[in-house]
Amino acid sequence: MAEVSVQNITKSFGSLKALNDVTMDFPDGGFFALLGPSGSGKTTLLRTIAGFIFADSGSIRIGDEFVENTPVEKRDIGMMFQNYALFPNMTVADNIGFGLRVRKVGATEEKRRIGEALELVQLGQHGDRKPHQLSGGQRQRVALARAIVTNPRVLLLDEPLSALDKALRVDMQFELKRIQREIGITTVFVTHDQEEALTLSDKIGILRDGKMIQAGPPREVYNNPVDLFTAAFLGEANILSDISGDGADIRTPANLPAGGTLAVRPENITISTSKPGEDAISTCQAVLERRVFAGAMATCILRNNGTDIKVISRDQDIPPNIAEGDQLWLSWPVEKTLSISGS
Amino acid sequence: MSGTFLARLGKLWLALILFFLYAPIFVMAFMSFNASQYYQLPFEFSLKWYEKLAGNTEIIDAATRSVGIAIITTIIATILGTAASVALFRFEFRGKRFLQVMLFPPIAIPWLITGTAMLIFFFGIGLGRGTPSVIIGHVALALPYVIVVVSARLATFDATLEEAARSMGADGWTVTRRVTLPWISSGIIAGALFAFAVSFDQFVVSYFLSEPGDSTLPVLIYTSIRKGFTPEINAISTIIIVVSMAVMLVAARFSNFGGER
Repeated sequence: MAEVSVQNITKSFGSLKALNDVTMDFPDGGFFALLGPSGSGKTTLLRTIAGFIFADSGSIRIGDEFVENTPVEKRDIGMMFQNYALFPNMTVADNIGFGLRVRKVGATEEKRRIGEALELVQLGQHGDRKPHQLSGGQRQRVALARAIVTNPRVLLLDEPLSALDKALRVDMQFELKRIQREIGITTVFVTHDQEEALTLSDKIGILRDGKMIQAGPPREVYNNPVDLFTAAFLGEANILSDISGDGADIRTPANLPAGGTLAVRPENITISTSKPGEDAISTCQAVLERRVFAGAMATCILRNNGTDIKVISRDQDIPPNIAEGDQLWLSWPVEKTLSISGS
Repeated sequence: MSGTFLARLGKLWLALILFFLYAPIFVMAFMSFNASQYYQLPFEFSLKWYEKLAGNTEIIDAATRSVGIAIITTIIATILGTAASVALFRFEFRGKRFLQVMLFPPIAIPWLITGTAMLIFFFGIGLGRGTPSVIIGHVALALPYVIVVVSARLATFDATLEEAARSMGADGWTVTRRVTLPWISSGIIAGALFAFAVSFDQFVVSYFLSEPGDSTLPVLIYTSIRKGFTPEINAISTIIIVVSMAVMLVAARFSNFGGER
């Protein structure tokens, strides 16, 4: 277990700057997500921490040791790959024991730790199977057991859940979190699924075009996105610049930076049939275009002077008897307004 | 109508191919069990040519030499070829494409030309004729086959398996031995059998590079035929064909074109 610190990492592939002066701290025992669209550099960053890629400049520290010139096999990391990369010719137990055999821990110790790891991922009975005899979820558990059995200083996960179907993925998210808590290992994982990042991590790093755009706890990043990209990438955001018309009253929070943009998340907007009375709220009028019922929640698309506004709320909180084409009032509290620098 | 006609023509064609391919071989094998020295019929079963062969030290020596050269060639070509394949798979370097392309012409260039070139070359560097030259020549001929077969197997190998092994602390040699080699072992075996077959059946290059008293079996057979044909040659040829075919069948079984991996 150890803290990981990445400082000013830059890496180019030919003319492409895959990582551009990236800095991020991963405190001991935390669960961290690297999030970004494809090509953002998140996988490159993970592979640089692992040691498969050597940065052109910058430093990487694991615990007290600077490892930027250490090859992967000497970094004492555990890694889980997107396709799991289980050795097809070995049994589950031999797969998990690979790192222990490399470290020559001895047969008894090896057997004991393989057993423990199998128990931890709830695969106690499957040690003798070959990978091709397992389901996708079981393979994933084997890959996880294999990555942590050597007690590495840091666990790196490359899109660990992307190969699973949705229901299984949610199960595995909790499972992953449980195991991570149980052994308290510093964990960094790459994902392009923003919901997964928000659910699992203590801290999210958002990358775009090789740059670290924003790093912080999920709620902080969600509520205070530094730019429009982050606002739109992590959830959805209605940009308020073009809202106008009769009754439009957009309150500006005190912290709006110069040249900044205002936005509001779909779940923070309230729909009503008459002008709301409260004071500290922004309001505008809009025409209901579409209402999509999805069980507990409903999504409404409304239009204000050519700008679409998306509202997500509990279905029961939407006024009854409204129909498409109705003129409605939208309101949201000032403190829920996002102030975003740049545009 | 034309469909059935074409189907029949196809079958006839196949039958003719198989006939011209195998009939001479069967006739030769058949005659090696015939008592008559002059291929006279009626057929009279006899093992006397095999008995004579057993007493012919010249042929036995040549056969032993051929097998020995083939084994040495197989070992060297398989190790070099496998190492080259793994390097071509694992690393990116300048001239890699050029190297890969340059592996194929030796397979296509007539052995007569390769043999002539080798003879000139070995005399040029002062090595001249002899068993060392034969072995070097055979290795050079067999190497592209090994690389092609092993590389084909490596193409199905998932490189993240090597990364996974390294992430668990395995150094380069451990990764190769524990992860990569087990996956490509079938390709290595197939490549080794190809190498053995190329060497064991090799006539042209061996003829050019071996010294008169030091002939390999194919060379000895050729020179014996020029002196006069005896069914002993049929006997030894039958043995070679059986061995070669067995080797090639096993090779085909282990390489992909033999069907199920």
